[in-house]
Amino acid sequence: MTSVATRDRVRGPAASEPAVRRRRRPGRFLLPVYSWLIIAYLVFPIAVMILYSFNRTGPGLQQVSFSWNGFTTQFYRQWDNVPQLSSSFWLSIRLAITSAVLASIVGTLLALAMVRYRPPRFRGKAFIEQVIFLNIAAPEIVLGASLLGLFVTLNLARGFLTLVLAHVAFCIAYVTVTVRARMAGFDTSLEEAAQDLGASSLVTFRTITLPLILPGVLAGALMSFALSIDDFVTSNFVGGASVPFPVWVYGATRIGIPPQVFVFGTAIFAVGICCALVSIVMSRRQA
Amino acid sequence: MEQPVRADHRGVLRPRRPGRIRLGKALAPYLLSLPAGVWLLALFLVPLITMLSLSLQSCNQATGACVMTWHWSEFGQQLSLYHGQLVKSFEYAGAATVVDLVISFPIAYWIAFYGGSKKNFFLLMLLVPFFVSFVIRTVVWEFILSDQGVILGPLKHAHLLPQNFHVLATGFAVVAGLAYNYLPFTALPLYVAIERIDKRVLDAAYDLYASRTSAFSRVILPLAVPGLFAAFLLTFVPALGDYVNQQILGGTSDTMIGTVIQNAFLTNLDYAGGSALSAVLLAVALIGIFAYARLLGSQTIEEYL
Repeated sequence: MTSVATRDRVRGPAASEPAVRRRRRPGRFLLPVYSWLIIAYLVFPIAVMILYSFNRTGPGLQQVSFSWNGFTTQFYRQWDNVPQLSSSFWLSIRLAITSAVLASIVGTLLALAMVRYRPPRFRGKAFIEQVIFLNIAAPEIVLGASLLGLFVTLNLARGFLTLVLAHVAFCIAYVTVTVRARMAGFDTSLEEAAQDLGASSLVTFRTITLPLILPGVLAGALMSFALSIDDFVTSNFVGGASVPFPVWVYGATRIGIPPQVFVFGTAIFAVGICCALVSIVMSRRQA
Repeated sequence: MEQPVRADHRGVLRPRRPGRIRLGKALAPYLLSLPAGVWLLALFLVPLITMLSLSLQSCNQATGACVMTWHWSEFGQQLSLYHGQLVKSFEYAGAATVVDLVISFPIAYWIAFYGGSKKNFFLLMLLVPFFVSFVIRTVVWEFILSDQGVILGPLKHAHLLPQNFHVLATGFAVVAGLAYNYLPFTALPLYVAIERIDKRVLDAAYDLYASRTSAFSRVILPLAVPGLFAAFLLTFVPALGDYVNQQILGGTSDTMIGTVIQNAFLTNLDYAGGSALSAVLLAVALIGIFAYARLLGSQTIEEYL
């Protein structure tokens, strides 16, 4: 709001013109109202999902029906009743944690190299930059298909291992970009001071570098977790008999999805929103 | 780290094995980037190049052995077979991107200029769809747009719409799904670009008696161009290869190229054909990126990711 105040003050003569002022008045509410409508549009399907997770099923079939049949918490009490759905969900969780841990370690190391060193000492930096960018920009279906080709050529059985390999491959770039962005204002003189005081490289890293870059690393890890748990395209190509949650849901759309899918969706949403709110509150407290 | 404090400090304080340290220092950038480099090389670059080369190879049907022939016939064949799906993909992804750009510019502008202390909250609101799995989001749209769903159901009940009116299995439903799913990818880069505009430049425009429209068209819009371009790339490229929206919301007649590629690899095992079509998709993405780098500098686009 401060920017409005300053602008009016600076504008002076123009603002005092009654014609301009009268024209501005009605439009003032247009933008906020519009923005809230867009937010409502973004939230609406999520509200529908949560609502339908409480919907009774029609007679006979245990699947979400398009029409509203009445309120029930049955599917929250029986959330574990669809064995394949539950196992695909836990597979996704294990996969996301593994990928996030691996990608954040590997990606952070690369980010450290990218922030600290320049071409004379770090040849190929520009090339790595291009590769990272290509990795993010390439359509996911192309990456998934190429990985499938690789695993078939290597005769590597498709399963949890290939899923982890593939997920880390698309998470590394995001971790590197995130950590790098957080390190933009990194003060290297702190590390030099530690080394001058006789700290070994390892001690310097553990006591100075890591605590400073930890927020960035955590952000990268969370991003990897979110990317991995939500991934459909790549998983569909390289999963084979291992079916993560999104792939299972996609397959189930053909025959009608059980209401528990929406229960899991609501749970993931609740956990994610809580994490985001906590991080907003924490960042506000720091500021 | 770049310019270590030399002999006067380090030499006096820690005179130990300078040779080993120097070797370690020289190797440090390479050692740090080794794990990620190997991973990206083995699981991104090599498979990508291998796959792309597949489309230029001729395979013996009987033995399965392939040789590089540099024949572009596969491309011609695939394009003549699936040009309809390719055109459809461009239409749908293009329409969804335009819708997203138009929808999200005002809200990005509003958050950047008037968000105040609630900026983070509004950004979280923009990101809210990402907290629900992509496939579930699309399934929910199937529910919303279904013939007896929350929108069409009541309208039909009130006889405001004919009973046989339907949205699902039309191009409109696919574009709506794509637009919804990729809206945050459009809104965030736009927000970053508009946020970065120096408000004093705008004040200067008003001081020079710019009207609101000309301040917008001659100051804000040109300064938001990098963001617009980034938003376009981040929305259009994934939407082009998307097939989940089309499969769940669309009909059988409007198949997109992603479905064709997926079927080529997973169902028909036509790797050469699938590779050729993937190469086309990748080429579109690359052309966009190089155009961006040429026009606006290659560094800036990373800031929007």
